[in-house]
Amino acid sequence: MSYIAKPKVAHPKMPRNKLGLTARDYEGVVSTLCAGCGHDSVTAAIVEAVFELDIEPHMLAKMSGIGCSSKTPAYFVSGAHGFNSVHGRMPSVTTGANAANRDLMYIGVSGDGDSLSIGAGQFMHAIRRNLNMCYIIENNGVYGLTKGQFSASADIGSKPKKGEPNQQEPIDPVSTAIALGATYIARSFSGDREHLVPLIQGALRHDGFALVDVISPCVTFNDHVGSTKSYAHTREFYHRVVDADFVPPAEEIKVKYAQGEAMPVELHDGSKIVLRKIEEQYDPTSRATAFQYLRDRFNQGEITTGLLYIDESRKEMHEIMGNTQTPLCQLPLDSLHPGSGELKKILDQYR
Amino acid sequence: MATINDVVVKIGTVNGTGSASANGLLMKSIFRMGVPVVGKNYFPSNIQGLPTWYEIRVTGHGYQSRSDRVDIMVAMNAQTYARDLAEVSPGGWLIYDSTWPRHKQLSRDDVTVLGVPLSRMCNESFDGARARILMKNIAYVGVVAALLEIDLDIITTLLEETFAAKTHLIDSNMKAIRLGYDYAQENFVCPLPKKVAAMDGTKDHVVIDGNTATGLGCMYAGATVGAWYPITPSTSVMDAFRNFCSRYRVDPDTGEKTFCVIQAEDELAAIGMVLGAAWMGARSFTPTSGPGISLMSEFIGFAYYAEIPAVIINVQRTGPSTGMPTRTQQADIMSCAYASHGDTKHVLLFPADPNECFTMAQSAFDYAERLQTPVIMMSDLDIGMNDWMVPDLEFDESKIPDRGKVLTSEQLDEMEKFHRYLDVDGDGIPYRSLPGVNQKGSYFTRGSGHTRYGGYTEDSAAYQDVVDRLLVKWETARQILPPAEIEYSKFNKAGLLTIGSGHGACREARDRLTEQKINLNYCRVRAFPFGDDVREFIEQHDVVYIVEQNRDAQLRSMFMIDIDANPTKLVSLLHYDGMPLNAGFVVDGVLEEIAKGRAA
Repeated sequence: MSYIAKPKVAHPKMPRNKLGLTARDYEGVVSTLCAGCGHDSVTAAIVEAVFELDIEPHMLAKMSGIGCSSKTPAYFVSGAHGFNSVHGRMPSVTTGANAANRDLMYIGVSGDGDSLSIGAGQFMHAIRRNLNMCYIIENNGVYGLTKGQFSASADIGSKPKKGEPNQQEPIDPVSTAIALGATYIARSFSGDREHLVPLIQGALRHDGFALVDVISPCVTFNDHVGSTKSYAHTREFYHRVVDADFVPPAEEIKVKYAQGEAMPVELHDGSKIVLRKIEEQYDPTSRATAFQYLRDRFNQGEITTGLLYIDESRKEMHEIMGNTQTPLCQLPLDSLHPGSGELKKILDQYR
Repeated sequence: MATINDVVVKIGTVNGTGSASANGLLMKSIFRMGVPVVGKNYFPSNIQGLPTWYEIRVTGHGYQSRSDRVDIMVAMNAQTYARDLAEVSPGGWLIYDSTWPRHKQLSRDDVTVLGVPLSRMCNESFDGARARILMKNIAYVGVVAALLEIDLDIITTLLEETFAAKTHLIDSNMKAIRLGYDYAQENFVCPLPKKVAAMDGTKDHVVIDGNTATGLGCMYAGATVGAWYPITPSTSVMDAFRNFCSRYRVDPDTGEKTFCVIQAEDELAAIGMVLGAAWMGARSFTPTSGPGISLMSEFIGFAYYAEIPAVIINVQRTGPSTGMPTRTQQADIMSCAYASHGDTKHVLLFPADPNECFTMAQSAFDYAERLQTPVIMMSDLDIGMNDWMVPDLEFDESKIPDRGKVLTSEQLDEMEKFHRYLDVDGDGIPYRSLPGVNQKGSYFTRGSGHTRYGGYTEDSAAYQDVVDRLLVKWETARQILPPAEIEYSKFNKAGLLTIGSGHGACREARDRLTEQKINLNYCRVRAFPFGDDVREFIEQHDVVYIVEQNRDAQLRSMFMIDIDANPTKLVSLLHYDGMPLNAGFVVDGVLEEIAKGRAA
């Protein structure tokens, strides 16, 4: 794999965001993934999402583990620091980074191997802490870099290119996240950018742990007939229950929705995520009914997508801990100890 | 033989019965009399019901290690009575609870047995099973106080300080102490020939354990993120850090904290959090022990290669595997020095006592940030969990912490282009940029092959360029790390060398050997990689006795690997039974080697 910088020339008429930047300013180096890889579509959706959110590039931190998915932070927002950590450990590094600097926006890109096998523990504990981050799983059911072994998200009966179909129960990140109490849970499809972009935007603005599980087919190892994570299968069994529109703060909701159909949820920074129910009986604010609905649909072989659960009332990690608003990494060291005089008083307790 | 301020008292009890407070009271009261004292706790990996011992060595000389004899045994645990009796040095004393008869066969002609009906006295004076057990253990403090002539007023003062908030406990504790004290006065010849007498040997000293001092050091260093997974014997480092921070790092008006302690799901996550926070520019650390180091190894290698500062405190315990979690060793030095796959090596610091834990915990952050690499402070259970009498900890406010080569936003603006791994200064240390500062400083931190500019590579020359530059940095580390403590005379041809908690025993052993006309030079190594001073010390001697607390002579091997030391002159004295080192072991080892024909 080589490292190719993209030329940064923008057409003068390209749209600019509030910072005066174009979408080109949010790109990274050229992707080295296979042509047609779902992950590249997710990368494009991330670029669009952060461009539209007017995020200053250096105020974003891009975190990842190991695998095809984890390479992708190099392919977006080159003006942001990236941390390509070790396999399955992106959540812990993000936890530490966020602990040190709560002012940045954290986007973690992981895969089904990275999050549901080797890193399952860290994935779960980041949820438990309600770590303020957008956690994207580029979910394709296989290990790409090691050439096509099943991952933990492979469905029962899904066929590999060679060998026997999978017989083990899959781990579904969405129902796992609901069970663990994640506060923003969405699922989408890399082939549906219009649906995906606002879900990423809501996830970035959500104050707490936001999971976006994206079915992102592996064109090389898992896009054949008999695979349940192929483009064709996903398109056929893809079931949108709740769509979402992201509305920045102070911008009026322009689109009118029929009553009962639209449900605006205000995020902590004043922006709104407007949910549009396609499936009337679906309730994205109830863990119990959401879980039951998802499992029922899953048993019927359907892939339920949308903003599947949201809870804006729970506190994120820093608030739970009662930490200062100033990023800890910016506190001057001499403000962090009581001095030599106080040390003498401390020592008197040890005499 | 009658002595003053040279006596060893060992107390055998059952854990979970309040004996820790009784033993602490005894030790502290001797300290308050101005008499240097050493306390060692030998405890089981268990919460309640198993044998535990506490050893108090009164040492007018101010030696710091445990003794190799027991003068007075307080045998409160019938379960271990036989072995406790066997351990008493000839001419010594044994105190036992005579409420119940002991077996006739359990006797020794050369030990004076003193029976005190502790249970009976406490049962008559206190109500409730729990109170009776606790008070029985306080009562033996009174017996020992009478036998050694410890000042009762000092004990009273200590109790008043301890129970300032629960005054009713002062009276009951004092009552129990008087029961023991008066019984001893009435029934035995007090004091014993070996006794304690007030002196002026503890001025400007404190009694503190290494983990507390380490936690305090981390607070004074300005650490803001501490991530950890509980593991014996390191747990009290984070307890101390959190306690001190709760006192000094909480805004009195808003209640907001300027510290973040995260109990991780495991050690893999703990070190990941430390790296994330350090990458962001915070001072972050994790305390752990051997099994934790094994789990952290992948990330330690990452930090070495991606050049991220990290402070790891390894309070070593007895390995391999789970080993003996409540016993001490120095058996992780090799695995820490070379933790992780591939070519990696890491900076180690070796504190000798709690005082040095305090200063080294602070300098560990300076070295980590200066060198942009993990720094592992190699404490151990003996230093970390035992009470040591050490000189007052000192904090120099005029000393400016070293934050290393971190570019400001202005500096980045002035640069044409920022390259993360370029050796601009020739010292092997590149400049780093922090996230959230300036997008000109952005780069992709990775553990995969990278060029000096920070980009991904699979090119042999570009890869090798970076790992070779890391060796330049290694040599810079060698120059700036703390020098060894060396005592040298050109008349001596043999040297004694140790690290960490071996210091106290080696210092005492040198004194004892000098009495036998065997003079050894001394070198206490304080850091890895080894400095030129250590190399010279080895070169200057015909033989160097290396005292270390592991089976495989790990330190000796590291001299051969790191500074190409001549192995024929490196003689190992290896102590690895899990107990703290004592001077007798060193003396005997040296004498044995001399008898075998080694020069001294």
